[in-house]
Amino acid sequence: MSEVLLEVRDLVKHFPVRTGLRRPALSVKAIDGVSFTLHRGETLGLVGESGCGKTTTGRCVLLLERPTSGQVVFEGTELTTLPEEKMRAMRRRMQVIFQDPYSSLNPRMTVAQILAEPLKVHGLVTGKSARAARVQELLGQVGLLPQHARRYPHQLSGGQRQRVGIARALAMEPALIVCDEPVSALDVSIQAQIVNLLEDLQKRLGLTYLFIAHDLSVVRHISDRVVVMYLGKIAEVADRRALYEEPLHPYTRALLSAVPIPDPKLEAQRERTVLRGEVPSALTPPSGCVFHPRCPIAVPRCSAEIPALREIRPAHWAACHLA
Amino acid sequence: MVRAVDGVSWDVQAGETVALVGESGCGKSVSALSVMRLVDEAAGRIESGEILYKGRNLLTLTEEQMRSVRGREIAMIFQEPMTSLNPVLSIGRQLTEGLEIHMKMKPPEARSRALELLAMVGIPDPERRLDQYPHHFSGGMRQRMMIAMALACNPSLILADEPTTALDVTIQAQILELLRDLARRLGVAMLIITHNLGVVARYADRVNVMYAGRIIERATAAELYARPRHPYTLGLLRSVPRLDEPRRARLAPIEGQPPDMTRLPPGCSFAPRCAFRVERCAVEAPPLEVVHPGHLSACWEAKRLAQVEVATEASS
Repeated sequence: MSEVLLEVRDLVKHFPVRTGLRRPALSVKAIDGVSFTLHRGETLGLVGESGCGKTTTGRCVLLLERPTSGQVVFEGTELTTLPEEKMRAMRRRMQVIFQDPYSSLNPRMTVAQILAEPLKVHGLVTGKSARAARVQELLGQVGLLPQHARRYPHQLSGGQRQRVGIARALAMEPALIVCDEPVSALDVSIQAQIVNLLEDLQKRLGLTYLFIAHDLSVVRHISDRVVVMYLGKIAEVADRRALYEEPLHPYTRALLSAVPIPDPKLEAQRERTVLRGEVPSALTPPSGCVFHPRCPIAVPRCSAEIPALREIRPAHWAACHLA
Repeated sequence: MVRAVDGVSWDVQAGETVALVGESGCGKSVSALSVMRLVDEAAGRIESGEILYKGRNLLTLTEEQMRSVRGREIAMIFQEPMTSLNPVLSIGRQLTEGLEIHMKMKPPEARSRALELLAMVGIPDPERRLDQYPHHFSGGMRQRMMIAMALACNPSLILADEPTTALDVTIQAQILELLRDLARRLGVAMLIITHNLGVVARYADRVNVMYAGRIIERATAAELYARPRHPYTLGLLRSVPRLDEPRRARLAPIEGQPPDMTRLPPGCSFAPRCAFRVERCAVEAPPLEVVHPGHLSACWEAKRLAQVEVATEASS
């Protein structure tokens, strides 16, 4: 396997919340002891339902959110203790693509201005004409036409806007791109275009992706390895094939069985495990295994003892007493 | 002027679940809102057509007559329950209001019916929940509450506009199973509007596919997924990665962009993105015609499509 690009060790992020004037301050345990590594050129999928901490994990990796504890080691440098000015230089190497390109692109700037600005600010390309040439090159890389440079975000379709968001990330020549739900706001017919584009760019430019999404089918398609999160903790980590074909954690199994398959004949025969209840509050997570109140196979031990993330098969980890 | 919906016809039989599938801006919501006559007059108007409900044309009813249809006869469930529930009214009041108006119930009777409804949609501890407000409820609970409101007056038709799009997969499964069980048990007909082809496959008896304000294909769910006869439907089915199949080396997207509804091309609206395009497509819009018993398609090349397999190359 290639070298490690990013290593996240025992990451914790708690958000304090005041519940009342005289009541003790509580904290939301958004992520609670998350560790994983990401190799150069690899795509690591991060899946889970809303509130599982996947987006917070991405923000902590980029140091957009300061972790409560734990380490983020990127290209050999520990980021959580890095002074701000050094961090700024590191940020260029790690970029992000957001879910909604409409709210992350400045509506008053043309596409050319949006793409040229970071080139200028970071001193990547000097001289107006050189920057204009680089903008054209970036547009070409993401499948946009030269005339799109003069358009404003509102004059583009959703798919085209996401292409601009990708071009802006590429402008910085990053090693890592955190993709936070990059296709979930797009129409079905456009999602496949963007997924293909991300894969092409990865091959061509040797990019590494942390791909955060809730759509399990898209994550299987694009990821080499997959991390499943539930309520701030990692439930399971494995290679794509192992995770989807032989899931070990009951939560992963329930998640997979909840995805409807676009085939009426298969759907009619399929057995489903519909989970009871809802995701509990991260303010007061359940004792023991956080999944036990909804788990179809829970035993008394599960409510008493927190299961450790164990390597149950080679390179296949799960946090379940019964795995 | 935008023709959001152009010459669209669909029907739902008693007790049946029909899906209206399409991408954003294709007119699927507008066509449902028109049934309820909820399209704001300032925003748009129904130029022509008729909406027959149990043989009555809803478009000729007075506003007062229409009020007794909405909620009582035809109910609606929206995508985002938080924006369709009143934040300053208790859950109980929002349920009893309709019962008192439509069903002429007295407050105590309405309250006990409200309790029964909350229990029916699987909200635990309904007695306490009745006095809470929407912000006390989670997203899944709010959608259950919307379903309870929709069922309150025993309607015979429910229009569900993306009922689970805002919810997580495990909650989505809960809500859809609940909707289906209730619809079957109570014999309610349902129109589900969605862009999710998986949801359609599991829950719909018949499917209408919309593109750029028109219905371009209609068939039973089984027939449509096995033998799509419109290039757009085929493209949609091919573009989604599927968990039940080996991973494909590459996804097969529909190329190009969705149409700009203010500047639709002459001829077939899908032609600029279509792989099966012939010369005729650019000049003449194909009508929705029977291509097989019970299967309609609006495509000049529907015959040629009959030979095409849905599945593409697979690898892992």
